[in-house]
Amino acid sequence: MRVTIEVNGRTVSEEVEDRMLLVHFLREQAGMTATNIGCDTTSCGACTVLLDGESVKSCTVLAAQADGHAVTTLEGLTGPDGDLHPVQRAFREQHGLQCGFCTPGMIMASVSLLAHNPKPTREEVRTGLEGNLCRCTGYHNIVNAVVDASGQEVAQ
Amino acid sequence: MSIVGTRVVRVEDGTLITKGGTYVEDLRHEALTGAVHATFVRSPVAHARITSIDTSEALQAPGVVAVYTAADIDLAPGQAGPVAQPWLADGVVRYVGEPVALVLTEQRYQLADAAELVDVDYDPLEAVASIDAALADETLLFPDLGSNVAQVTGGEFDEHAFDDCEVVVTETIVNQRVAPAPLEVRGAALAWGEDDRLTVWLSTQNPQLARTIIALGLGVGEERIRIVTPDVGGGFGAKIGSDPEPVVLGWAARRAGRPVRWTETRSENLTAMTHGRAQQNTVTIGGRRDGTVLAFRLEVVQDAGAYPRTLFLPTLTELMASGVYHFPRVETSSKGVVTNTTPISAYRGAGRPEATAAIERAMDLFAAEIGRDPAEVRRTNFIRPEEFPYQTPTGASYDTGEYAAALDRVLEAGGYHQLRAEQARRREAGEPVALGLGLAAYVEITGGDGGGESGRVDVNPDGSLTAYTGASPHGQGLGTSLMMLLSDQFGIPLERITVRHGDTDEVPTGVGTFGSRSLQLGGSAVRRAAETVIERARALAAEMLEASPDDVVLDTDRGAWHVRGAPSSATVGWADVAARAGDGELSEDVWYDEGTPTFPFGAHLAVVEVDTLTGKVVLRRIVALDDAGPVVNPLAFEGQRHGGLGQGAAQALLEVMSYDSDGNPTTATLADYSFISATELPDFELLHMATPTTRNALGVKGIGEAATIGSTPAVHNAVVDALAHLGVRHLDMPATPLRVWQAINDARKAD
Repeated sequence: MRVTIEVNGRTVSEEVEDRMLLVHFLREQAGMTATNIGCDTTSCGACTVLLDGESVKSCTVLAAQADGHAVTTLEGLTGPDGDLHPVQRAFREQHGLQCGFCTPGMIMASVSLLAHNPKPTREEVRTGLEGNLCRCTGYHNIVNAVVDASGQEVAQ
Repeated sequence: MSIVGTRVVRVEDGTLITKGGTYVEDLRHEALTGAVHATFVRSPVAHARITSIDTSEALQAPGVVAVYTAADIDLAPGQAGPVAQPWLADGVVRYVGEPVALVLTEQRYQLADAAELVDVDYDPLEAVASIDAALADETLLFPDLGSNVAQVTGGEFDEHAFDDCEVVVTETIVNQRVAPAPLEVRGAALAWGEDDRLTVWLSTQNPQLARTIIALGLGVGEERIRIVTPDVGGGFGAKIGSDPEPVVLGWAARRAGRPVRWTETRSENLTAMTHGRAQQNTVTIGGRRDGTVLAFRLEVVQDAGAYPRTLFLPTLTELMASGVYHFPRVETSSKGVVTNTTPISAYRGAGRPEATAAIERAMDLFAAEIGRDPAEVRRTNFIRPEEFPYQTPTGASYDTGEYAAALDRVLEAGGYHQLRAEQARRREAGEPVALGLGLAAYVEITGGDGGGESGRVDVNPDGSLTAYTGASPHGQGLGTSLMMLLSDQFGIPLERITVRHGDTDEVPTGVGTFGSRSLQLGGSAVRRAAETVIERARALAAEMLEASPDDVVLDTDRGAWHVRGAPSSATVGWADVAARAGDGELSEDVWYDEGTPTFPFGAHLAVVEVDTLTGKVVLRRIVALDDAGPVVNPLAFEGQRHGGLGQGAAQALLEVMSYDSDGNPTTATLADYSFISATELPDFELLHMATPTTRNALGVKGIGEAATIGSTPAVHNAVVDALAHLGVRHLDMPATPLRVWQAINDARKAD
């Protein structure tokens, strides 16, 4: 079937298998490889992207379901002149990443979290990111990064 | 001011936060054009004879290029400790997840369809699914071995060892099997070149070691293998070297005449990547009622899984048995047994967390038995600062330590006495949510493998710097740390320094990253190379400045050489020196193998609340002091501690890789495995102390695993402590609500 998706502002239209997952469409058809796959049970959130502005786990969305919609991946966050998104900047400043594998999904989930709750408490950040797993950071600095990106002072 | 010791944001992050890393699955290298996709058909049963394999239907499936089984493989089998390990199961399967066949297809989505059509007949055998079943030796995994016990060490115990003790406590403690579960699963891409060399892009912690393993497996010289390590999405010990799969894939790439790409699924990863821990430890601790321990005995049984490839784990546990304590008598033994489960290998700490968990539970059991505070009992038995270097009864030579100071700092920062008062108040009031305080004092060994590391430094013609390291960082931020060290030595800014690693053609010798070795050995190697280059540059600068080499100095604030005492006169910069240097004169490649192991240490306090009606445990606080000597980059150093605390707490509270009595894994997806999330961890409270080692020029010890080692027993002890007033003396990890509730219930019944 033909699927047409606006990926980071660019229209990508391809013939794909009916069963193709959105994450594979993004990686293979759209050439956006930042979005990673960390599990097969919708548990880890490494594949989180924004679908019409809402965060989804792209391993659990068929490409066909995204037909006619707009997707933003990590690559689409950076401004046209290379300006970092506040969440990207905060993840680097607060050391919110180590190996980097969960990071694209974690950053997209954080962008979505802040869209819904612009000034979250630390507990709200933890709850909001429960569906995104990280093995490296113990989450401490990820929480710091999201609090920082929200413009609030990082207590520790 | 030196950049070393200041907080520097990582150079690695720029790409990771904008485009994402380039992991194996992301490679679009032209050598991989036309690659076939690969998947392994894996055993669904724990122990069985394979009576037949029919691949005919699979071969007819759309897009199938080849299906290979053991009958096709013309390689000598690999070796796992004392037994042979076939590349694909040959007649017998010994764990759920063991590779049985390899399927190659044109497209990725065809893999699962075709793999399902490979028809394997299994004739089940009795499964050996636990340590007890293994020790019973009724069913043998390897009949030629004559026993399921693959290795025995020590065990000649003095029957009078505890004779002079007023109190003796013994307990068998399970250090449960856990899954390393890096966020990136295992993967490889492989292509034979026209030069008859195999290039393997591999998610590994050790490219040079992987080269050795794959060359050996394929029966070719190492010069014919090139390993390229792209970004690696976490390893935690389970990506050391190479697993057997890449050997099969390299063989298949040759047989099929096509490049091959392989990425396992997460559910596959949870049974087919090695697991960690999996020990059963019996502790016996004896001493006086004043808190003095006189004798300690540790009997380790290591479940090695189906193929016992890392039997060093239990002996490392024995080495570190007595922890931070000066015990007059220490006795250890270990057995490594095989079971019909996923093979065990290193996992963050690899043998040392098990030792610390055993002794720190033992100290609490002893303290509880004599009715003294666990902090006080620890303090009574610490090795004192003036006793270093300290030779332990088990053969370790500790370098430096301030064990009592570390504990006291943690107790003070945590408000230990106030917390004890609050605990007493709740108990007095009969409140259902109990408070628990858990302590762990630990020492561990880093760079304990005894090997060295390579380091090369080149001053480039434009005055920039390129360094090459045999270490293979994959999230630790070592690249930035090495750049900081070099910037400090040369006076060259970070932007003009590049650190390269991971390609065996570029860095032919190296050991890689494990055992928290990379900074102390890799950093020392780069430093040594830098010193040589700087001395050669000094001679060149002296010629240019028409001075004696003794009279020229390098101003590291400006990256310029000048005559001593005349900083405002003529200077020469690095580009000037490079222009005068002969070919290769400002390049030095060293092998640093003088660094003996170092012994980081620390103390952790965990505070938990336990709902005694439901068994639910909430980890409220961790106060941690982890001393690994001077810190190069506090940002990366704290990050390593955070990650360690998270993984250590995860083992204490949540994570376990479970099997039923038939050897079926019951936690083999991330929906079933209790991988710790942000909601289950508190903000971490870190304290700082830096006691240098005497054993390398940098004075540094490793920090990669330390916090994991301390936090598991601290959290575990806290849970038991919360329940002490209910008569609970011990319960095994993980402290899930069910286990805690059962422990409370059992204690009530016993009462």
